[in-house]
Amino acid sequence: MAVFALVFLAPIAYSIYISLFKTRLIGGTSFVGLENYQQALTDPNFWDGLFRVGIFLVVQVPIMLGLALLAALAIDSGRLHGASFFRITIFLPYAVPAVVAAIMWGFMYGNQFGLVGNINEAFGINIPAPLGPDWILASIGNIVTWEFVGYNMLIFYSALRVIPSSLYEAAEIDGAGQFRIIRSIKLPAIRGALVIATIFSIIGSFQLFTEPSILQKLAPNAITTFFTPNYYAYSLSFNGQQYNYSATIAIIMGLVTMIIAYVIQLRGMRKGS
Amino acid sequence: MTTLQEAPATRSAPKKKVRRYSTKPRKSITLTLATGVILLYSVVPLLWLVINATKSREGLTDSFGLWFADGEFLLWDNIVSTLTYNDGIFGRWFLNTLLYVVAGAGGATFLAVLGGYGLAKFNFPGRGGVFAVVIGAVAVPGTALAVPTFLMFSQMGLTDTPWAIIIPSLISPFGLYLMWTFANDAIPTELLEAARVDGSGEFRTFFQVGIPLLAPGIVTVLLFTTVATWNNYFLPLIMLKDPDWYPLTLGLNAWNAQATTNGGEVIFHLVITGSLLMIIPLIAAFLLLQRYWQSGLAAGSVKE
Repeated sequence: MAVFALVFLAPIAYSIYISLFKTRLIGGTSFVGLENYQQALTDPNFWDGLFRVGIFLVVQVPIMLGLALLAALAIDSGRLHGASFFRITIFLPYAVPAVVAAIMWGFMYGNQFGLVGNINEAFGINIPAPLGPDWILASIGNIVTWEFVGYNMLIFYSALRVIPSSLYEAAEIDGAGQFRIIRSIKLPAIRGALVIATIFSIIGSFQLFTEPSILQKLAPNAITTFFTPNYYAYSLSFNGQQYNYSATIAIIMGLVTMIIAYVIQLRGMRKGS
Repeated sequence: MTTLQEAPATRSAPKKKVRRYSTKPRKSITLTLATGVILLYSVVPLLWLVINATKSREGLTDSFGLWFADGEFLLWDNIVSTLTYNDGIFGRWFLNTLLYVVAGAGGATFLAVLGGYGLAKFNFPGRGGVFAVVIGAVAVPGTALAVPTFLMFSQMGLTDTPWAIIIPSLISPFGLYLMWTFANDAIPTELLEAARVDGSGEFRTFFQVGIPLLAPGIVTVLLFTTVATWNNYFLPLIMLKDPDWYPLTLGLNAWNAQATTNGGEVIFHLVITGSLLMIIPLIAAFLLLQRYWQSGLAAGSVKE
């Protein structure tokens, strides 16, 4: 509990405290109340980043969870050849650190010795550069999807395994087909797992940092210092020394994440009853 | 609620396939192929990594990405160069990572087990409050805490030391949550009462009754905290300046960035080989322990 207080409660309290101050070149540090918050809410860079993770989350999370759900249902159906091989292999990318995943995909995306370059050469076509400003967000989305499809698949699969088999037998006697079983038994039974996976994916999207920060070196024109709110907070502290403002951004992001997670949880649970 | 009679069945489920349909489902080639697409998506980048770890720096640019370069198979040479480059700094980073994992993930798991067991099995005033705080903690983005933690630690003189990585790693709200739900399911309260009636002290009850029943959950939490610490990038990035204390994630990134700085030696082949070396231990751990952690996940994390 003491450790918990030191690494969890104290930083939150401290971060709220410093977000109320401002350090100026002349006059030093002074109490400014909510001025930093006002500044953040009118800061185009902050909104830009928030908007970007918003798009990311609306597009990437459903794709990733959809793929994971399909894989989980397929493996659970008992109709796959080598189902356990599928299960463990699809899960493997989760063991790859985000740093390695970003470096690896970064190489593959590159036209120097990347696969994209190879494909362009082999087919004489021109796939749009994944590291260009237009495609960079989709490219990052692909990396994140690759990393976490297996993890989410496993969460869904575990939830599917604990459905009592008597339900399936009853459905079969009633003449229900596979799709009917999926719709009426499997999906409702794993609603809890779906809600949890959605919440964790949303938290993950809002925290997006590692992938853009690694790819930044490969795509300096496409990734700005305020690419995501988290990256912005980091740049403000460690390149700009604006600790107070950075703490403010971090707090706002924490609040936004908590509110959205809470809303999803409420909605998910209400549908359940 | 899982009762004691059901618990062993759940644990052995992934090993022994339970027939759940009255008629045995036909294996479907179409479905296997369709799911195979997702499998390929997961596996091809890993194959790319393995294949390219066998190439020289020149071979990387000259040859097709998904096949070996003509006449060279330099995996062993690349491993040797990775381990010896820059006075063997890679080994140092590896040991650092190991230290952070053993102390951080081990400690986090220990605290999560103690806390989860306590919260699940003891009634005390304020339990509802603790629950709210833990759920809140799962939702708070870890990175939002990093900047203030950095400022606090730098005032305490802890930055640029291993403590700056280990102490924040000790708390895993998700691990605590997982352990809590798992303990709720896996340990019947009657069993604890029986142990108490027989005169067993709380600690003895915990170690002799609680720990064995919790084993699959403990393996699960340990693996997830290990992955979190092994893969940690943001925290070391802000806490550490001295490359001697870097974990592998920061080290590899530094090597990768070397190519874009002026005068830096381009060592992409070592970055690729180093990446491969870094992911092997985790993949091995997942494969070796899969029977245990998968059942822990099934019984603990997702059951409502």
